[in-house]
Amino acid sequence: MADSAVHDVPSVYEPSLFGTYSKKIGMWLFLLSDSLTFGALLYAYSYGRISTAGWPTPFHSESIKNATIMTAFLLTSSLTMVLAVRASVDRKAKAQTLWLLATMACGIGFIVLHGLEWSNLISKGLSLPMFPAVTGAVAEPEFANVSKTVPQFAATFFGLTGMHMLHVTLGVIYLGVVALRRKFIPILLVLWLVAWLATPAYSPFHYGAHVLLVAAVVISIILWLKPKVYDSSDVEVAGLYWHFVDLVWMFIFPLVYLMSARI
Amino acid sequence: MDSTQVALAERAAEQQRHHNKSLFFYVWGALLLMTAIEVYLTYQNMQPVKMLTILMGLSLIKAALIIGYFMHLKYEVSRMKWLTMCSVIACLILMTIFFFPDARRILELGVK
Repeated sequence: MADSAVHDVPSVYEPSLFGTYSKKIGMWLFLLSDSLTFGALLYAYSYGRISTAGWPTPFHSESIKNATIMTAFLLTSSLTMVLAVRASVDRKAKAQTLWLLATMACGIGFIVLHGLEWSNLISKGLSLPMFPAVTGAVAEPEFANVSKTVPQFAATFFGLTGMHMLHVTLGVIYLGVVALRRKFIPILLVLWLVAWLATPAYSPFHYGAHVLLVAAVVISIILWLKPKVYDSSDVEVAGLYWHFVDLVWMFIFPLVYLMSARI
Repeated sequence: MDSTQVALAERAAEQQRHHNKSLFFYVWGALLLMTAIEVYLTYQNMQPVKMLTILMGLSLIKAALIIGYFMHLKYEVSRMKWLTMCSVIACLILMTIFFFPDARRILELGVK
């Protein structure tokens, strides 16, 4: 029935192959390609785990508790996102903005907790050679040994979770633009300053915060070139992206954290 | 957007207006429950292969719920469902076929 409904829409062009609007198809195609990016990273982690004897189990109960709360944040953000989409199709602009802001708040909560988790692991000695050395910190033997004997662990762990954190960050920015448009730019600049100045110089987030500055410049150009009011189709497409980052975490959480928990 | 795109977007919005809002809460509850089960199983000292199988099984169910209900793929036309899902699953199966036997071979041969 849905297939036939597509052909009822009058058009000078061929009927849409997938029976929906182009923006949504474009996002789905992007998500499919992105799922292969994450698939490759998850396979790299799993490959390392299978082929390396003595794979570490560095995640103590505090890490598991932290990661569980992060998962709850993401799942809740998916619910608020779907409610934002619903509000947008019902043309309830205020509710749409509020649900989008709630989704962003959950996303920021996830990023902050993830950042604390990373900082904790780095301060204990689980690090990458590219990260600056933590001044005055003494590495715990357990983690220092992991970095030396199984370097694949830190490489794949930080690579996989870092890529996901970047996606969540970009997702929060995306939702911010859809919810607040130009008003979001000064907020993003404040977030950049806070993230940059509040993190110590040895933290990878001190440099990573500049992603927010780059995003603010890109957003300014986009909104200057094509200012518009985002409608329900834009909210739905943004929702697809947001649910995707939630979906990816559903595999990272068990595979990386739960399978490497210290019992 | 041209008139065709607007009509298609409006049709998609109209379909969503008919979805029961409480369904989203049930899906969210099921996802949280499955997460709690995963964390509980972590502390049950199971065999790694058995635990991995259960965790990945639960993750696939969670992924299906997110894609089907939150991403609304369940309500899209069948062409879209089959083409998108089959293509990505085929790629992941190919990666599995090539990567995992090799990873096991390295472990069994003792290559450092």
